[in-house]
Amino acid sequence: MPRSPMAPPRSFLWSRRVFLTLLTGFVLVPVYVMASSSLKPLADVSGKFRWLPSGLTIRPYIDIWSTVPLARYFVNSLIVAGAATICSVLIAIFAAYAVSRHDFRGKRVFTVTVLSTQMFPGILFLLPLFLLYVNIGNATGIALFGSRGGLILTYLTFSLPFSIWMLIGYFDSVPRDLDEAALVDGCGPLGALLRIVVPAAVPGIVAVAVYAFMTAWGEVLFASVMTSDTTRTLAVGLQGYSTLYDVYWNQIMAASLVVSVPVVAGFLLLQRYLVTGLTAGAVK
Amino acid sequence: MTTTVTAAADGRTVSKSSPGAARGPRRTGRIQRIGLPYLLLLPALLLELLVHLVPMVIGIVMSFKELTQFYIRDWGTAPWTGLGNYRVSVDFDAPVGDALLHSFLVTVGFTLLSVALCWLIGTTAAVYMQDTFRGRGLLRALFLVPYALPVYAAVITWVFMFQHDNGLVNHVLHDQLHLTGKPSFWLIGDNSFVALLTVSVWKGWPFAFLIVMAGLQHIPRELYEAAALDGAGMWQQIRRITLPSLRSVNQVLILVLFLWTFNDFNTPYVLFGRAAPQAADLISVHIYQASFVTWNFGTGSAMSVLMLLFLLVVTGVYLAATSRGRRAADA
Repeated sequence: MPRSPMAPPRSFLWSRRVFLTLLTGFVLVPVYVMASSSLKPLADVSGKFRWLPSGLTIRPYIDIWSTVPLARYFVNSLIVAGAATICSVLIAIFAAYAVSRHDFRGKRVFTVTVLSTQMFPGILFLLPLFLLYVNIGNATGIALFGSRGGLILTYLTFSLPFSIWMLIGYFDSVPRDLDEAALVDGCGPLGALLRIVVPAAVPGIVAVAVYAFMTAWGEVLFASVMTSDTTRTLAVGLQGYSTLYDVYWNQIMAASLVVSVPVVAGFLLLQRYLVTGLTAGAVK
Repeated sequence: MTTTVTAAADGRTVSKSSPGAARGPRRTGRIQRIGLPYLLLLPALLLELLVHLVPMVIGIVMSFKELTQFYIRDWGTAPWTGLGNYRVSVDFDAPVGDALLHSFLVTVGFTLLSVALCWLIGTTAAVYMQDTFRGRGLLRALFLVPYALPVYAAVITWVFMFQHDNGLVNHVLHDQLHLTGKPSFWLIGDNSFVALLTVSVWKGWPFAFLIVMAGLQHIPRELYEAAALDGAGMWQQIRRITLPSLRSVNQVLILVLFLWTFNDFNTPYVLFGRAAPQAADLISVHIYQASFVTWNFGTGSAMSVLMLLFLLVVTGVYLAATSRGRRAADA
């Protein structure tokens, strides 16, 4: 969006060039280190750092799968993050629709309470939650602790507050006339939500889904306490290379790159929606 | 829950949503309609209760108990200790309290610096990229990469870069630029604060960039056109129009950045492992350490509650102060 009808002054253009160049360097150096080191032979990453590899090898990409059971971690992370995302988005759609389209007692209390959970230090409810899951398991036989289910449940609530908040803003921007017309045509409230509001809010919903997936994919603290050997996710699994820290840096970088590709690719493909979603929703 | 539902039954909602609705046969429909918002909210509410609110209450209860490893199997039997855990936590003359105070001060300093830098870099980048220019889309995607990367993958890369013998940072600073007499240690000792801050800003600024960018879209073009007609230059337009218009966006953005950075566990945990160096002993890791390494969950909970109280007070004061400032500025 052009800001002013006239051409920007030279001082602006120059300072912009300098600033953006420096910033690009700052952002890209670690990305370059990750990518280039993952293709280096072991000697290159054990000795002095070198900007250019002495030779390229794809060996690290083959070895990462056998050094730790990376494939299993990968599948676990996919299941956990995928399920958490789907549930979180569905629940957020319903909650946001209620807040956006209905007046009811306790609406403000609800939004404030949900948002304020964002403020809690994770460390405060880590241990109680752990005890709660163990006790629920003992009482009902539903295994929450150490299972993927428990982790899914936990992660979906992490992204829920922000998702609801963002979707409220987004739904508010969909004209009410549209769903009122649908109500008159005989759709129930849920029909109006699914046929009118949801399709009109797709960018916001995609943005929320991206956020939920990233949150679940990257979480470390709860994953390190709440998973067992078979349900371990990438966040913890990647630290399995850490006993070999100063030995296999090329493998660590290769594994980091492999686990980053799905989220970064998805994020970059969908970031347009995230910006539109934020513009229409949260930021007003 | 039940009380609110019945209370809403004679609220103004009904008359508003169905004006002149007939009594009798329509009644069930009406009750359904009144109940509907609560039904829609129920899953979200139940989950937040289960995962956040109930554990928080348990955590508060635990902070009043002497919960050491002897009682962990059946924590209900742990003896009450009143304010004992709190007394230990804030006794700044004794080692535990002293360490907590130190960790708290480090965290506050770190958070303020990190938030300020993230905000500054993010806003500057967003303002510079408000106009279209060649390569803008590519650059925007590139800038979001640190935010999109999973925390552990990004931080592990930084751990590699900060290595003493084979890291990039020492190679550049010592071998190539000769700025330091000998290679420095980055992940232990005083330098670890700088390392932590660097990683935190690298990961955090794109979020500020994203939000400010979205906020900029709401500034009406006419404002700039009018200013240009009045002869205001680019810099003046930024100072007079762009920055003041971002006020309400900034209010939320800075608060969110502050809370996330203050509570951050993932970055220091992956960067330093279980034992953070003194200079970068952030409070989340400190409490984790106090709970899981010494197995004293009562004291750990008391520390978490103190941390939550601090955040509540800061948030309250911040919102009161900034809201008043906003009203004053709007008037």
